Amino acid sequence: MGHSEDYQKLEGKIFTKSFFILLAVVLVGFFFVGVRFVKGIGAVSNMSDGYPWGIWITYDVATGTAIACGGYAVAILVYIRNRMQYHPLIRSAILTSMFGYGLAGFSVMVDLGRPWNAYNFFIPSKWQANSAMFEVALCVMAYTTVLIIEFIPAILTSIENSKWTRMNAIRNWLHPRIAPDQKTMTDTLELVRLGAGWLKPRLNKVLIFFIVLGITLPTMHQSSLGSLLLIASTKLHPLWHTGFLPLLFLINCIFIGYSIAILESLISCYSFGRPYEVEELSGLASLVPYVTIIWLCVLIGDLVHRGQLGAAVNGDFYSRFFLADFLLVAVGSLILFSKKMRRSPRWLFVSASMIVLGGALYRFNVYLIGFNPGKGWHYFPSFGEVMVTFGIVALEILAYKVFVALFPVLPNAAGHGAPKHVRAKVAQSERNPDFNGTLTPLKAAIKTQN
Amino acid sequence: MKRQSRRDFLKLVGATGAGLVAAGAATCQAHEGMRINNEELGMLYDATKCVGCKACMSACKRVNSDYGSLSYEKAKFDTDGLWDAPSDLSGSTRTLIKLFKESPKSWSYVKYSCMHCQKPSCVSVCPVTAMTKEPVTGIVDYNKNTCIGCRYCQVACPYNIPKFQWEKALPQIVKCDLCKNTNLREKGISACAEVCPAGAIKFGKRKDLLNEAQIRLKDNPDKYIAHIYGEHEGGGTNHLYLASMPFNKLGLPDIKPEAPAEFSEKIQHTIYKGFIAPVALYSTLCFIAVKNMKGNEGKGGKHEHKKEDK
Repeated sequence: MGHSEDYQKLEGKIFTKSFFILLAVVLVGFFFVGVRFVKGIGAVSNMSDGYPWGIWITYDVATGTAIACGGYAVAILVYIRNRMQYHPLIRSAILTSMFGYGLAGFSVMVDLGRPWNAYNFFIPSKWQANSAMFEVALCVMAYTTVLIIEFIPAILTSIENSKWTRMNAIRNWLHPRIAPDQKTMTDTLELVRLGAGWLKPRLNKVLIFFIVLGITLPTMHQSSLGSLLLIASTKLHPLWHTGFLPLLFLINCIFIGYSIAILESLISCYSFGRPYEVEELSGLASLVPYVTIIWLCVLIGDLVHRGQLGAAVNGDFYSRFFLADFLLVAVGSLILFSKKMRRSPRWLFVSASMIVLGGALYRFNVYLIGFNPGKGWHYFPSFGEVMVTFGIVALEILAYKVFVALFPVLPNAAGHGAPKHVRAKVAQSERNPDFNGTLTPLKAAIKTQN
Repeated sequence: MKRQSRRDFLKLVGATGAGLVAAGAATCQAHEGMRINNEELGMLYDATKCVGCKACMSACKRVNSDYGSLSYEKAKFDTDGLWDAPSDLSGSTRTLIKLFKESPKSWSYVKYSCMHCQKPSCVSVCPVTAMTKEPVTGIVDYNKNTCIGCRYCQVACPYNIPKFQWEKALPQIVKCDLCKNTNLREKGISACAEVCPAGAIKFGKRKDLLNEAQIRLKDNPDKYIAHIYGEHEGGGTNHLYLASMPFNKLGLPDIKPEAPAEFSEKIQHTIYKGFIAPVALYSTLCFIAVKNMKGNEGKGGKHEHKKEDK
């Protein structure tokens, strides 16, 4: 927490080509959100009375929050398992969690038929503790707040160190008549800076309690996401309907969380042209197979216990989807058992993708594919429905790109002094000669070390 | 240091787990044996008496349309809107008569509407208490002023009864409430039972309906399938059925006698009993995290002095 030097801002432009592509997707998505609010949910989606939950719940909420569990999984590792060497990964993991959960909340508001009544969650006389949905809703709201609090130090650091160049540029751009007085503005900004400087050490002192809350809450609501489908005993296929759903969902989100933290780091390093954090990632990757093996054991053990093993391998529609999610997770984990594979960014990417896909498919199986409300009901998402989901995902990536440029989020490339490390990074960066922003301090570091 | 904290962690996790199991065992006992209240109101639908006139459907809309935001559904060929032609229960239809025809000789009508379960899944899952079960009458009722429109009741209901108004910008859930605010209040009977010309719908207390059903089964054993649908299904329902054909062919699902809500609540209560487990988890984790942090501060003093980047 006093580790601000672990992180740095990303140098470079915000308004790139990919920014505008993502923005276009966001706008299309929001167009359909608009249609939904004017003409009703039926006008945009293919949901029906038989399939009242479509991909907005299945992907954006049930799967999206699992994918946003990077912050949760890495926090367990760093603060509970006491592996401080992974600390540099945590801030970007928390940032993606923050967007993941925030936008899951947003898509719930799109999906709810009567969102103006959502205030009832805050009225104790309306509380319904028997409902897993109630538990999920409160926990997700609380967790999103906790994530924002966990991210505040990065914003405060940014405010403390800001030279307000952009703010001044805007002031100068404005017409003198409406522009605020230079001195007043400087004073106000100075006050903000002082406030940030005052708040930061105080927040740092209590931050650990929020971090632990940020571990407790996902443990609760990720298991409850599994509990949501316990009631559908006549509709959910017996391959997936089990009393162990809460446990399976909980373990599932942990291995998705670690894998997504790996993917996230690989992808952002690749697209921002930064050196890969192979050391941290291979360590992280060595944990994943143990979690997945526990999960696979519970999954298979439960099937054996309920005598459903035959249904899993009989080759019908359901069994094929079951085997697909099982094999994706199992094969992805097998790859990670090899130390050599773990040190290769390519294999890390392949295996982590497989595990995330398999884990996500499991959640799709439970919420949609294995869900059969009876004869005559069919569901496949409509174009508008898919675009709303795409728009929300695009918004997530967009916000991530903007935030890593504005606030110190990404691990500091020059922060860890191990010579092998640094050399590897320089070798890496020489392959990307166009990216010199972070290189200069690195090269200087090498020179002084030599 | 590292190794020790891991051992502590495992120990504490073990202790928390043991606590959970103990709490679970206690709740399981408390939940055993759900009582069925036969004083509640309900209906007995006898498919062998039904003539398929759909008077019940039209009476339902006439009586409840204002209260339940019901509208008439036009058939495709009906430009004047003279015929109400719903093909299924929907956001504007609370009760429906369907014909199941296996062969010219073997056929049956069937009526769909809320089963008014003894232990309703929709009430169990509603996060904001918009679905309620009245303690005396047993009517499962819906309050649109509380409902957030999450549609969990639709996912939970094994009979697919609650319907959502997909085409409306300000939608609500629609389901039968036994004319609680309309016909039942004014005349003491639900509209569908009142208008049925064939006596296929009998309105009354569950115990009287069960008696009547048993008498009919005894008197005409050849006419009926020897089963009262709803007597035990899903923990028992207040809407009961008699028919001459297997009930699952009529669209009434095979459901075990245990209410689905019993199963899910048992697990949910086991995890969250008295909120002990989450609090225990939080305090345990706090203990470990603070200890870890102190350990790191002790050995990593020089770490703090590194120059802050940017």
